[in-house]
Amino acid sequence: MSEAAVSVWQLRWRRLRRDWPALAGAGVLVALYLACRAAPWLEDWLGVSGVETDLLSRFEPADGQHWLGSDEAGRDELCRLLRGGQVSLSIGFMAALGSSLVGTVIGACAGYFRGKVDMVLMRFTDFVLALPGLPVLIILAAIDLTKLGFSQDFVRSGDAGYWRIVAIVTLLGWTTVARLVRAATLALAEREFVLAARAQGASAWRVLWVHVLPNAISPVIVATTLRMGGVLLTESALSFLGVGIQPPATSWGSMLTNAQELIATAPLLAIYPGALVLVSVIAINFFGDGLQSAFDPRSDPG
Amino acid sequence: MGRFLSFRLLGAAVVLLAKSFVIFALIGLMPGDPIDLMINANPETTPEQMAHLRAIYGVDQSIWLRYVHWLTDALGGDFGFSRIQHRPVLDIVIPALGNTLILTGVAFVISTVLAITLGTLAALRRGSWVDRTINLFAFAGISVPSFWLGLLFIYVFAVKLGWLPAGGMPRPEQGWRGMAAHLALPVATLVIVEVGGLTRYARSAMIEVLGQDFIRTARAKGLTNQRMLLRHALRNALIPVLTLIALQLGGLFSGAALTEAMFAWRGMGRLILEAILGNDYNLALVCLLFVTATILLANILADIAYTWLDPRISLGGRRK
Repeated sequence: MSEAAVSVWQLRWRRLRRDWPALAGAGVLVALYLACRAAPWLEDWLGVSGVETDLLSRFEPADGQHWLGSDEAGRDELCRLLRGGQVSLSIGFMAALGSSLVGTVIGACAGYFRGKVDMVLMRFTDFVLALPGLPVLIILAAIDLTKLGFSQDFVRSGDAGYWRIVAIVTLLGWTTVARLVRAATLALAEREFVLAARAQGASAWRVLWVHVLPNAISPVIVATTLRMGGVLLTESALSFLGVGIQPPATSWGSMLTNAQELIATAPLLAIYPGALVLVSVIAINFFGDGLQSAFDPRSDPG
Repeated sequence: MGRFLSFRLLGAAVVLLAKSFVIFALIGLMPGDPIDLMINANPETTPEQMAHLRAIYGVDQSIWLRYVHWLTDALGGDFGFSRIQHRPVLDIVIPALGNTLILTGVAFVISTVLAITLGTLAALRRGSWVDRTINLFAFAGISVPSFWLGLLFIYVFAVKLGWLPAGGMPRPEQGWRGMAAHLALPVATLVIVEVGGLTRYARSAMIEVLGQDFIRTARAKGLTNQRMLLRHALRNALIPVLTLIALQLGGLFSGAALTEAMFAWRGMGRLILEAILGNDYNLALVCLLFVTATILLANILADIAYTWLDPRISLGGRRK
């Protein structure tokens, strides 16, 4: 294949392929995700449960059946970790994706329409950016949804707890992407190919969708990846404080709710969930960092 | 400069006003208003008494009326009473501010010095094992849940080894030793969490400066490495780092919330968490507004630091 036929994505893949920390990060994430999906299967095989409580077998040490022992309510610790991981990782993914979608729409509108639209949207971005993050998240997580007109049944359901976390983390997390997309849109809107499209009568949506966004997407991909790590940390903090994922649902954060008491009695139970958060966030950060240098034309070509 | 400052301060005041309303409204949406809590405490309250109580506390009014009422009092210097502690809000906030400043101030100084040192080292030995180790350390710091790290420290140094207290405030008669012992673990937690991002930032700023022409000139002039580093490279690399540091000043009061909660340090962050989780409306509102104000001031400070450190930038338009 001649050099000229290599697309920009092939070049990027070549650079990424040589970046072993990034590949290791991606590998760890995929492995963790698959292991979490395999939780029900593992439960059947070992004849244990990460959900059902069994007060006769609390705090059992690790053995052939309970590979990591059992927790304070007699649930199998390993299976509970895997089930919690499903929730934590999926919240991280959904909220990072949501933040990027909101940020992209707001940033693209601000950068393309400029003038008053830009001013209003950017002041709003600054406004959200200067909110004290964690306290506001706690308030949002504690808000009584029935006061906003949601039905009692929905508020009590497990789905509400999950989507509430995704929603509030999205609500405060879109600002970085909005700024990135705005800057890229501002720069691209002056380029000849965009002017040509506009001269041919393309609508604003078409110009943005076909010409601007595909050229502005690489920093957004990097920011989304790194954001996922941030969301995992936020979720664990909120659940630790008791305003995140509520029992009977489980996440790594909610498994740490009693960590302060557990550390004296069964320290390993307090260590496992946090260690998994740490490992996943490190993996995400290494992968995101690798993506960033693979997308950066100034770094060495592959 | 004076015009810029007054313009920005005015802008910050407007934003603060808007935020005070948003936070006021959000807190109003939290479950359990003060009357609910009183009714829970005394199940024999009649509906008439409930209505009477609601009228006294003004909970029956619209959100706008309540906000205007609160705002006029606050502007007159009356920030109200804490529901839980039954004391004027300011009497609670001021000691907490002092405690937080001690904790975050010490952590801030240590992490800044450490980050600049590590970042410079990594940049000078780019690609070596030193660089890679520092990078791994920085990544681990960014990626660790702060409360969990604090927990590990408590387990190792307080429960297992018994070297340091697991938390709480030092008593005055313990002197500086007591203070140091109580500060050690929370400060270590904060430093590890904060230092990672700053180190990576310092490293890339340093690498950028080291690649510039004036460094080559300095080398060509035959300056020693040390002199070149201190007089030419570090000074220029510090400009972006210091602006980031100025921005981080905004988090000095609220950024340590989880760490403070973990180590039972009676600071602002812990106070905010307690106030929110305990439905202490007045206290939460005042704390949050104070914290927001410091964030806004830190942003202005960062802009000023920018122009002060780099004369090429004017206050009119910020360089990207």
